[in-house]
Amino acid sequence: MALESGEVEKIAHLARIAIRAQDVPEYRRNLSRILEFVEQMNAVDTRDVEPMAHPLDAAQRLRPDEVTETDRREHFQAIAPRVDAGFYLVPKVIE
Amino acid sequence: MHEKTVAELSAALGAGEASSEEITRALLARVERLDARLNSFITVTAERALEQARTADRRRARGEAGPLTGIPIAYKDIFCTLGVRTSCGSRMLDNFTAPYESAVTARLEAAGMVMLGKTNMDEFAMGSSSETSHYGPVRNPWDPQTVPGGSSGGSAAAVAARLSPAATGTDTGGSIRQPAALCGISGLKPTYGRVSRFGMIAFASSLDQGGPMARTAEDLAWLLGAMAGFDPRDSTSVDEPVPDYVAELGRGIEGLRIGLPREYFAEGLDPGVARAVEEAVAECRRLGAQVREISLPNTRLAVPAYYVIAPAECSSNLSRYDGVRFGHRCEDPADLEDLYKRSRSEGFGAEVKRRILVGTYVLSAGYYEAYYRKAQQLRRLIREDFRRAFEDVDVIMGPTSPSAAFRLGERLDDPVTMYLSDIYTIAVNLAGLPALSIPCGFVDGLPAGLHVIGDYFQEGRLLALAHRYQQATDWHRRVPAGFGA
Repeated sequence: MALESGEVEKIAHLARIAIRAQDVPEYRRNLSRILEFVEQMNAVDTRDVEPMAHPLDAAQRLRPDEVTETDRREHFQAIAPRVDAGFYLVPKVIE
Repeated sequence: MHEKTVAELSAALGAGEASSEEITRALLARVERLDARLNSFITVTAERALEQARTADRRRARGEAGPLTGIPIAYKDIFCTLGVRTSCGSRMLDNFTAPYESAVTARLEAAGMVMLGKTNMDEFAMGSSSETSHYGPVRNPWDPQTVPGGSSGGSAAAVAARLSPAATGTDTGGSIRQPAALCGISGLKPTYGRVSRFGMIAFASSLDQGGPMARTAEDLAWLLGAMAGFDPRDSTSVDEPVPDYVAELGRGIEGLRIGLPREYFAEGLDPGVARAVEEAVAECRRLGAQVREISLPNTRLAVPAYYVIAPAECSSNLSRYDGVRFGHRCEDPADLEDLYKRSRSEGFGAEVKRRILVGTYVLSAGYYEAYYRKAQQLRRLIREDFRRAFEDVDVIMGPTSPSAAFRLGERLDDPVTMYLSDIYTIAVNLAGLPALSIPCGFVDGLPAGLHVIGDYFQEGRLLALAHRYQQATDWHRRVPAGFGA
């Protein structure tokens, strides 16, 4: 399936990735090729086939609702790009 | 010393012929002298290695050494290592010092292994050539104009060049086995859930599995035994006892039923690789195996299904890189959306962005059924092919990769051709099965790999077969020119 330029821009927005206008045609070409390639899947009738999410068909394991993590705040703050007084800083969200 | 395998080093250490510090110094000196040709390491942790080596020597002096104590190893830079940069080959994590240790590296450290450093790889493990790293491409020691395979190409090149006797890798669609084949070493992808994914940077969580890379199957047995085991911190870790893989090496090949899928020897396979694999099969027959042709009819659907499932999971996993809590952040963001978009655009390379975009598309409203659900249905058909095959055979054999190493740059701008490098390995990840690659010959001076697939949790059987084959052949002992003495 060939994508339109507008679709590439929409996907890039959904993925929160900035794409320069001059790169849109290249992305369009590559993504269209990949999507065309995966469309080989349609050659097979899968009407009654149950989708398989996990190779061993295992269910999600549960654990008791107990605290197992220790407080690592300082460690995590130390590797953050911008912090202040224990907070992670981002541009102003609310005016 | 660098010529010795893990088992040989273990014997030398046990006999007091060398100390871990001596071995570690010798290998660090080789890395220093030779790695400029390969670029197989992103980070060399010389000081930490010598410290761990001295600790191992003291442990040995106290009579507390295990078989792996004091033996050096290199870790793919996708395994988090406390206090050491863990980059995943990406600009996004160039400044990321892991705040915790991965389960795999913690287990190997507990066994006494010595970390030489972190190996180069395709960015976020997305690639089959180790060319997409932020730190530059890795070169194949057999011919520096060719790629080492990927994504664990740094690990494979380092082991092949005798810079490290062993390394860890991760395998989402062939990333341990394909570089092992292209570099002429041995590599094992365990059953999904066998090795903990805790602290292994996620790419496609339902496919990712860590495993060992070394020169011999015997070494893989030692390493897997130390790496494997239940871990409550990984929600898909399997709570099954870990067999003694080393003890199982003696099981041999006699009477083993080997299946050859006719789909694996069809068009697209390089004739030289086909010849090497056919000779390896003949050798197994001489060693007592029975060989029969089988069919895995949905083989050709594996790559298309994979390139829906893997990008879908990747787009979800990589949404965590937002420039807020860790990793790359753009300069002077105008607002929150600009912060996200520019941080991600600058931090990720071309192939990672392509896959995130494909994944975002196939999961977006209106397309989920046609792509993701369809791919998961095919995934079941592919798994059923294997299930049926294993009713009649014990292992499945074929080529690991359709060709020997290809030239740098040759496939970089052609994602679909690059994806087809993994045509034989991908189905194994979709099914969650264990498989290994061992050297089985050369094509114009470049190594070819034999791919052996087993049923769930049959790693011991695969390793025993590979070990017996390696006792009868010497492909795994060949050293690339310039990396011998």
